[in-house]
Amino acid sequence: MDAMISLTFWVTGFVFIAVNLFVAYAVFRFRHSKNRRAAYEPENKKLEVLLIVITSLGVAAMLAPGLFVYEKFVEVPKEASVVEVLGKQWHWSYRFPGKDGKLGVVDVRHMNDKNPFGIDPADPAGQDDILISSPELHLPMGKPVKVLLRSTDVLHDFAVPQFRVKMDLVPGLVTYVWFTPTRTGKFDLLCNELCGVGHFVMRGSVIVEEDAAYQAWLGSQHTFAQSSARVPGDAVLGKASYSVCAACHGAQGEGNSALNAPKLSGQADWYMKRQLQYFKTGIRGTNDKDVFGKTMAPMAATLNDEAAIDNVIAYIKTLPDSPATSTVKQGSVNGQRTYVTTCAVCHGPAGQGVQATNAPRLAGMSDWYMVTQMKNFKQRIRGAHQKDLYGPQMSSMAAILADDQAVNDLVGYINTLK
Amino acid sequence: MEHVAHDASDFSRLAEVGEMELYHPKTFIGKYIWSQDAKVIAIQYSITAIGVGLVALVLSWLMRLQLGFPHVFSFIEPSNYLQFVTMHGMIMVVYLLTALFLGGFGNYLIPLMVGARDMVFPYVNMLSYWIYLFAVVLLMASFFVPGGPTGAGWTIYPPQAILKGTPGATWGIILMLVSLIFFIIGFTMGGLNYVVTVLQARTRGMTLMRLPLTIWGIFTATLLALLAFPALLVSCIMMLLDLLLGTSFFMPAIVSLGEQSAHSGGSPVLFQHLFWFFGHPEVYIVALPAFGIVSDLLSVHARKNIFGYRMMVWAILIIGGLSFVVWAHHMYVSGMNPYFGFFFATTTLIIAVPTAIKVYNWILTLWHGNIHLTTPMLFAIGFIFTFLHGGLTGLFLGNVTVDLPLSDTMFVVAHFHMVMAIAPVMVVMGAIYHWYPKITGRMLDNSLGKIHFWFTFLGSFAIYLPMHYLGFLGVPRRYYAVENIDFIPQSAHSLNAAITIAALIVGAAQMFFLYNLVWSYFRGKPSGANPWNATTLEWQTAETPPQHGNFGDELPVVYRWAYDYSVPGAEQDFIPQNVAPRDVVPSNDKK
Repeated sequence: MDAMISLTFWVTGFVFIAVNLFVAYAVFRFRHSKNRRAAYEPENKKLEVLLIVITSLGVAAMLAPGLFVYEKFVEVPKEASVVEVLGKQWHWSYRFPGKDGKLGVVDVRHMNDKNPFGIDPADPAGQDDILISSPELHLPMGKPVKVLLRSTDVLHDFAVPQFRVKMDLVPGLVTYVWFTPTRTGKFDLLCNELCGVGHFVMRGSVIVEEDAAYQAWLGSQHTFAQSSARVPGDAVLGKASYSVCAACHGAQGEGNSALNAPKLSGQADWYMKRQLQYFKTGIRGTNDKDVFGKTMAPMAATLNDEAAIDNVIAYIKTLPDSPATSTVKQGSVNGQRTYVTTCAVCHGPAGQGVQATNAPRLAGMSDWYMVTQMKNFKQRIRGAHQKDLYGPQMSSMAAILADDQAVNDLVGYINTLK
Repeated sequence: MEHVAHDASDFSRLAEVGEMELYHPKTFIGKYIWSQDAKVIAIQYSITAIGVGLVALVLSWLMRLQLGFPHVFSFIEPSNYLQFVTMHGMIMVVYLLTALFLGGFGNYLIPLMVGARDMVFPYVNMLSYWIYLFAVVLLMASFFVPGGPTGAGWTIYPPQAILKGTPGATWGIILMLVSLIFFIIGFTMGGLNYVVTVLQARTRGMTLMRLPLTIWGIFTATLLALLAFPALLVSCIMMLLDLLLGTSFFMPAIVSLGEQSAHSGGSPVLFQHLFWFFGHPEVYIVALPAFGIVSDLLSVHARKNIFGYRMMVWAILIIGGLSFVVWAHHMYVSGMNPYFGFFFATTTLIIAVPTAIKVYNWILTLWHGNIHLTTPMLFAIGFIFTFLHGGLTGLFLGNVTVDLPLSDTMFVVAHFHMVMAIAPVMVVMGAIYHWYPKITGRMLDNSLGKIHFWFTFLGSFAIYLPMHYLGFLGVPRRYYAVENIDFIPQSAHSLNAAITIAALIVGAAQMFFLYNLVWSYFRGKPSGANPWNATTLEWQTAETPPQHGNFGDELPVVYRWAYDYSVPGAEQDFIPQNVAPRDVVPSNDKK
């Protein structure tokens, strides 16, 4: 493919320079002079036919090899393994077929927060499908892979520029593209088809690794059956662990600005879980400039395993939810404008939070905390860790706020949401 | 109209149909506002189109400011950026270039160049303008509605165009669709007029093969538009139904931002096929009039006949025909059946052949010419450079294999701006410098014109050459900010800043042109009837500017083609089309 680009580049480059020089020469050589008259030459059949023939040959010389290369691009080799890429506004996720080698039947009608891929629960082939809900795709080195592309909402485009791979995802259709990764490493995945406000932050990455590492990674991922069978957290057990949290966040999870502990009650469970895991694994709370995050990290470490995290969150869900007291004054028109046109598309018009867009609840939560976090995102104190797969999106969005005033205006407006 | 001849030899008698009944305005309003005179309508179209084009120019500045200096201009939010992109594209392609070439130049030049008193249906022609104006007003109104204009891209692809993750997904898109519907209705009224006038109202002796290429270009482009715009019209109507009545023409079952929609079974790719069935001919709707006009400019100012006239006419017709079978080259990565790629890559590259012929013939027209480097000629030659550049980069994108890595990158942006923005605008500028004397009776200032040319010409390359390079790097288009992408080097960001500065300068240089238009109207040098010594009929009118009815008491009779320049044995280096062979003054010195 790159050879085709080079061929086209040199052929057209030569024609461009040759013709331009010829025009420049003609303009100079035949510039106006009083003593000379232009020639009268309506047609010259021989010359015209000659030029047509030469051009046709040149064009054919570029087209023919192009079609042969394209044939290879379209024909998928039989031994290619299959992976499905699911695009939705503004997030990538992936599905591997599991042990039976078959992807289960899907339908958007089955889609909800518990079943983000819309897998038909009645289809046995779907039970062992391996689901990757993070935007990071791992692929084995040197093996052809056929990528099935599916979108749940609008057009997207699966583009890995370094692989020369690009194909649209179309809702209602399954499209495909195939390639063989030839180099290990991490490669940027971009959305290349305009898909709305968050188009420019719909990013992911493809990690190409040796087969052993790839198999190990794949083995550590959950199947559809595993994730649907997950036992919900036990609030009674969680209550005991919460006593540690209560010291700062308050017995009712109401938050305490003096101790820099934000309100927890009413926050989305999936969001708190991710943050606790981030704190626990050092993805959050390790940046030197994140003073309060560093306090939180050892606290999260007291939760031993995933079950413990689920339990404490289950307990927090039982706490009464009353709006946090405002500390930031009423928002200005600017704050409203930014919220409505930008923030609301993910976080919801009422700031209620939307799991499908990975956007936590904002309305009625601690406003001073949002101010700090917006600044942290903006200065890349938060969301810049290599393994933080969701933070960079918010980081790019926070960058649109010009200064502290803009942050205050915005949070002031969020305070008015109910 | 009585008799339509099929035998070519009969065409010379066609115009002997009786003198047409002209409408005679009595008041100022009748003459300049509700006018049925094609020349006045042409000016109305041109001023409106240029006015709305200036809005689009400002939008492009705002986009470039954001791309060149991200996060410096905090009033531009991601949704605003997309709205600017969308409105800039739609205005420039449809409301400026299409309206200006066909409504502006078409109206002014067709009756004058074919030797008619006016368009065949003057009242419909007047309606055409007012409906166009209404469409423009609707479009501009979308800046002031809740949510602002649509930000779905000028291609307004569903489903996103009507889903709330896109700015302006309610009011904005409704106004856009309704405005397009009105534009198409207005255009159809004008377009039928242009076609019928060219076919039926040519003066005595003006056979089809004696028409200036300007008319061939505008005529063929109008035919394309009449066949292509209906595809857009139905897609606009269907999308409106999807949005307002909940039908599912283009909407499959979807979950958007966590919410299930009630649609099911529609096809987003169907819209793309319809859109590009219109969209690709649209490129030629803009390009063919430019091809025609530039042929005439080159010929007049090189004092030489256009080389290979018949081939040029056939090339225009072949390009026009082929433009209807290449549309899916815009859709190589759209998810359509990939085997279509073979067919569309082939047809697309075939179209390069007649296009190349046109370029060769323009250059061969210069060869052995006597080239006057007037301002219109500079723009015409500038067009050859920019069009050649845009055409050659088209070979990259048309060839499906090469397109894959470049699709949806800045390379595409650079390519189509070079080929269908800069190149046609070069011709628009050249044409205005060329015909302004006929329209106003005064010359445009030459020095200002040359300053304007060099800024625009060199500036365009400063903007778009580096943009091709960004595309090779893989920089995606329609990105509010290109940050945190590992394979894009820091230098690309500096380059983006440089492009922005160049764009601002080129945009500002257009002020020379606007100033020139106004200043010369009052103070310009009087031009006389035929300042360029051109042969075509519009320069042979009794008065300059031509009055209502164009040709005084008697319509001219045509004896020759439009390109009798430097004919051996004639005294002058041009023989107007309406000079009979017996009236040609022979040259004194027998060479």
